[in-house]
Amino acid sequence: MDSIEAYVPILLFVLVATGFALFTLIVSALVSSSKYNKVKLEPYECGIEPETDARDRYSVRYYLIAMLFVIFDVETVFMFPWAVIMDELALFGLIEMLVFIFILVLGYVYAWRKGALEWV
Amino acid sequence: MAEAIAFYTLSILILGLGVAVITTPRTVHSVVFLVLNFLCVAVLYVVLRAEFLAVIQILVYAGGIVVLYLFVVMLVNLKRQPEEHQDPRRLAKIGLGLSGAMLVELAAIVVYSYSREPSSVTAPSPAFPVQGNVEQLGWLLYTDYLIPFEVASVLLLVAMVGAIILARREL
Amino acid sequence: MPAGFSAADFYYILPELLLTGGALLVLMLSVLTPKQDGLLLVAALATVGATLAVVVSFAGLDVTASRGLLAIDGFAAFFKVVVLLSAALTLLMSSPYLKTEGIQAGEYYFLILCAALGMMFMSSGLDLITLFIGLETMAVSFYILAGFLKPNPRSNEAAVKYFLLGAFSLGVLLYGMSLLYGATGTTHLSGIAAALGGASPSLVVILGVVLVGAGMGFKIAAVPFHMWAPDVYEGAPTPVTAYLSVGSKAASFAMLIRIFIEGLPAVGAEWTMLFYALAVVTMTVGNIAALTQSNLKRMLAYSSIAHAGYLLMGVVVGTERGVAAMLVYLGVYVFMQLGAFAVITMMRRSDIIGEELKDLNGLSKRSPIVAFAMLFFMLSLGGIPPTAGFMGKVWLFGATIDAGFIWLAVIAVANSAVSLYYYLRVVVFMWINEEEGVGSPLTIGPAMSVALGVALFGTVVFGVYPQFLFEHAEAAARSLDGIASITLR
Repeated sequence: MDSIEAYVPILLFVLVATGFALFTLIVSALVSSSKYNKVKLEPYECGIEPETDARDRYSVRYYLIAMLFVIFDVETVFMFPWAVIMDELALFGLIEMLVFIFILVLGYVYAWRKGALEWV
Repeated sequence: MAEAIAFYTLSILILGLGVAVITTPRTVHSVVFLVLNFLCVAVLYVVLRAEFLAVIQILVYAGGIVVLYLFVVMLVNLKRQPEEHQDPRRLAKIGLGLSGAMLVELAAIVVYSYSREPSSVTAPSPAFPVQGNVEQLGWLLYTDYLIPFEVASVLLLVAMVGAIILARREL
Repeated sequence: MPAGFSAADFYYILPELLLTGGALLVLMLSVLTPKQDGLLLVAALATVGATLAVVVSFAGLDVTASRGLLAIDGFAAFFKVVVLLSAALTLLMSSPYLKTEGIQAGEYYFLILCAALGMMFMSSGLDLITLFIGLETMAVSFYILAGFLKPNPRSNEAAVKYFLLGAFSLGVLLYGMSLLYGATGTTHLSGIAAALGGASPSLVVILGVVLVGAGMGFKIAAVPFHMWAPDVYEGAPTPVTAYLSVGSKAASFAMLIRIFIEGLPAVGAEWTMLFYALAVVTMTVGNIAALTQSNLKRMLAYSSIAHAGYLLMGVVVGTERGVAAMLVYLGVYVFMQLGAFAVITMMRRSDIIGEELKDLNGLSKRSPIVAFAMLFFMLSLGGIPPTAGFMGKVWLFGATIDAGFIWLAVIAVANSAVSLYYYLRVVVFMWINEEEGVGSPLTIGPAMSVALGVALFGTVVFGVYPQFLFEHAEAAARSLDGIASITLR
């Protein structure tokens, strides 16, 4: 197993990325001139004057889609450790995974038939 | 030594961000703190040599779950100021006292027992026919823990059906 | 097939496979052939029936399957029968209720079956991971079932409360489990028992035991982890409440016994004291709080908290006799509790909710059969001979006294006396109150009459002929590993 030193480049990368972002923000705040008026402070909506407040309540359908996304996301997670040792697990592993996917495909069929994936 | 420093730094960060999540009055800021919290936990997993868990932590939690949280935030009416918290029975202080006592107790137990018997247990490492973190995890999951794995698919299906039933507009 | 697996492993999980297959079939039938509630009920019942038949045929086995993750023993078989029986009765009493409430039946039946699947894994799991995933499958099904009455704010409240507190308690339970894993290096119960045996337990182990005890205490609704129970029981659809108070409680007790008696006999002295205190507080608080309730479901919620206290006595005793007595009590509790809830389910008609005590006014004149059945269930819950509840109490209190816990038995007897007040109050409302009852007359459909009949049969027959139950409970308790290693004090 790799030692923890293998992560030093990643740490450096994170530091550089954060540093660059902070540097840009600080320098631009120091250097730029700031003159504000009402129009400048409005949220940008393709140049059209905003009509309503951005903090609107969204439909519960977004939540449903997000929930289904997370569930299938977790399903995918189970496939990673299976995929890397597919050869060792052989046919037995394939059947295991097929059963797993079959059960979730039934969920997909259910979601489809119940119209959970339709927007209207 | 380096690992100890990393562990304690990360732990303090995780706890601090956790407190920030529940004390920030602005909901979206709270979610941002949560993302940072998840990322710190992922780094902690790396320090503990659980690389796969670290990747999953970022993929599922910092990715998927946070999207879910953001949608929930958008479901809530943010224009209305949250109502002042009312505690008719004034139990909050007692609760705080009790949980504080519990925390001190836990800390005392952990510190005391680790000073007495520093990590004497080593997990019996089963003989793996495969090498590598993800591979060994997969081997355990798909041989020894085959049944819980398949039950997990039923669990996910139940969650899916439940989400659809409860969130659908029509009955 | 990898080493360590054989065809036998899959043969032994046949009941679970059947149940899963049946649940999936019900779900698919509900989307492919809509508006076929009768067909769905038959499919769900057939699934439970077939599973029950296989479980019964496995009752004599004592093996472990799937690399030691599952026990196929008498103890598992006993609990699986209890779970499947309560699932079947819940299905039967649900079908008219679903029509009245306008609930879609397919998903409802599916979730009932999935909860039963989780409970079966809780009964036969020998590994913390199997037990936990069983618990989670059951719990998630119940969170959804509790909120099935979507337009009803009480049902929403029940679902949200149960979910939030359930998730919190699962966190506590998992923390305890992870401490046990950290202290022993294994999640396997026999491995934990072996690692802890001999040496005096470290504080980390004790902390893990306490946290696991607290997490399980939530699931069995033991005081002080009971705060969710009255609100959830009141708000959830009545058949779901019945299932929750019987199936979920039984399976949680199975898991508790597996973890503590099979996995943690080395710290027996510590957890015995813990459960002693929990049992006393639970039965006392449950009974006293039940005295003042005017809502039937709420009253039975507190009564079921009190019954959890009685059942904990069996765990405190911890011997073969104690566990057997607890199983007898649980076997009796299934019938009387489900029967009482079947009557409350029936009280719900299109024009009345029928959950208040005063809704029972004059029931003896309006529907004498239902009133008589309810009388029996109440007498049995109160522990009056010749009902099954009396036999259960005699057996359980006797085992407690034999094990030397005299004070615990005294407290339990005093509690039973207190409980008679509120059980008999129900009878008073049905028989003595002169006021006219409201609502349309009760109708007993075929499914409901089967449910009521089975519950009544069990309550009466096990009161006069308890031998059958005793023998099976003793065989089940005997099949537990490590049961003998706890000495009788």
